[in-house]
Amino acid sequence: MDWLNAIIQGVLLGGLYALFAAGLSLIFGVMRLVNIAHGDLIVLSAYLALTVTTALGLGPLLALVIVVPGMGLIGYTLQRAILNRTMGDDLLPPLLVTFGLSVIIQNALLIGYTADPQNLQAGAIEVASVAVGSIALGVMPLIVFGTAVVVIAGLQWMFYHTAIGRAFRATSDRQDVAQLMGLNRAHIFGLAMGLSLAVTALAGVFLGIRTSFDPAAGSARLIFGFEAVIIGGLGNLWGTLAGGVILGVAQTLGAKINPGYQILAGHIVFLTILAIRPRGLFPRIDG
Amino acid sequence: MTRMHVTRRTRLSTAALILMLPVLIALIAAPWWAGRADLRLMGEIALYMSLATLWNLLAGYAGLVSVGQQAYVGLGGYLFFALTMLAGIDPYAALPLAMLAGAVIAAPVAVLIFRLRGAYFAIGTWVMAEVFRLTFAQVSSLGGGSGTSLSASIVRGMADGRSGREAVAWWLALGAAVLVIGAVVLFLRSRQGVALTAIRDNELAARSLGIDIWRTKFIVYVVVGALTTLIGCLIFLQKLRISPDAAFSVNDWTAFVIFIVVIGGIGTIEGPIVGTLVFFALRETMADLGTLYLIALGLVAIVIMLKAPRGLWGFFRDRYNIEIFPLSRRVTGLTSKGS
Repeated sequence: MDWLNAIIQGVLLGGLYALFAAGLSLIFGVMRLVNIAHGDLIVLSAYLALTVTTALGLGPLLALVIVVPGMGLIGYTLQRAILNRTMGDDLLPPLLVTFGLSVIIQNALLIGYTADPQNLQAGAIEVASVAVGSIALGVMPLIVFGTAVVVIAGLQWMFYHTAIGRAFRATSDRQDVAQLMGLNRAHIFGLAMGLSLAVTALAGVFLGIRTSFDPAAGSARLIFGFEAVIIGGLGNLWGTLAGGVILGVAQTLGAKINPGYQILAGHIVFLTILAIRPRGLFPRIDG
Repeated sequence: MTRMHVTRRTRLSTAALILMLPVLIALIAAPWWAGRADLRLMGEIALYMSLATLWNLLAGYAGLVSVGQQAYVGLGGYLFFALTMLAGIDPYAALPLAMLAGAVIAAPVAVLIFRLRGAYFAIGTWVMAEVFRLTFAQVSSLGGGSGTSLSASIVRGMADGRSGREAVAWWLALGAAVLVIGAVVLFLRSRQGVALTAIRDNELAARSLGIDIWRTKFIVYVVVGALTTLIGCLIFLQKLRISPDAAFSVNDWTAFVIFIVVIGGIGTIEGPIVGTLVFFALRETMADLGTLYLIALGLVAIVIMLKAPRGLWGFFRDRYNIEIFPLSRRVTGLTSKGS
């Protein structure tokens, strides 16, 4: 029963990892950009939520109303002001610029909030649970998992059934032709990054409710999100959810064997899948 | 009629290489003229210069942008501690052994992470470094998560007296820097190096000329892994203490190194050298600013990447057409009349 419990908790944890990963997957799909600062932006969202909750006295879930559009705006501005200048055939500039951003965000958070671990207090909902047989399911992990499913279904629907989704796919296929068809590439890229960081904001707030965080917590989140994307297969959003779940289950099972193995078990499952299925389990596009 | 021929040497490069000899002799004699703190700082500069040169070969020439080279720095440190303290091997023998082990470990790692491309390769290297860190944190005979110190008997066995040990540490660091820079220059002048430059300039064209791209990159990755392991040994021989977080720090062994190379000029031999000197000049004058200094460094790297992607040396080279290490081919004997 303990093992079943570990697997179920792992699946729910996978929902959070899928939220870490969805933003990465989205911008890679639209503009082949890999954002090294992604993890730090997740942590930045958690800190923004912390500021909103303390300044306005809102609960962290209500703070999403401000943090999600706020991060979306930051994403759009970041893309238009800086990242668009790095887009091109050479992969070095975007990589190094986002790496620089990562260091800047970490140290700015260190100045603004000190290195003390913080967390977001969501009140009674944090410890609420529902009993299914002999297994207790936390309400918060269920909300997170449900949100991940809704976010991924929403992104999927947007990609294939809306005008902006068509613009994303067109730019993804052939940037120059999309430009000729009257799409403003710079604007499309900005929207993609804005959307990516709006999802990131959700991930950051849920992270802050689940565990404590500090300015250096971002790199592990980037790595978990990245592993979920690769396990699931590039360009496949539902695959990303599956990748998150596989990673979550690997970690909770590893922790069950020995608490020191939790993170290591996730990395080993990732490397094993990379060795057996280098393109991930459900690939859509080439890296 | 003058005959055209192709040469790599210029008057400047020859003069610079001749000038390097007295500079090197002066550096070897440093224990007799430099103070204790200066010697230590110079050792650190030499080791960072080596790390930057190696990362530049990987990213600037082979297009393998790794953000996980701390894997090999930490591996080197831990191997050196394990070989000397647990296996009882002489420290001077442990250095080449650790380097060999670094190559043996880098080979299967390369096979695995070469499946990832571009930026995903970068994060894959980071995952590898995390795997190394978490693995060494489990080794209780090396102190587990809290780390361990190098036994005093091993340090004492390396040279007599404190100043003798400090001189040896400096000569090892200087020797490593000369070895690394020399090896990279010779490699780039070799057939393999030309192949590598061709791949950097145009992978498709290089492939159509019969260059085995995977093999060339594999060799570069393994050699860089081995040499980075050696530098890791020397870094932790200087520090005398190791812990998983310090050994596999992404900030210390990768972020700083990347900033050094970007600021100095990626894809040139001189760039990492110039970058290291600029980096340490900034650090020695601005270190009091702490985190603000790191933010400034990140900003400078971003601005350089956007405005002058070839870095300081690239800027000077393009402007004045100079090169200190004879690498690019130049045609001489061309006259302006074209006769």
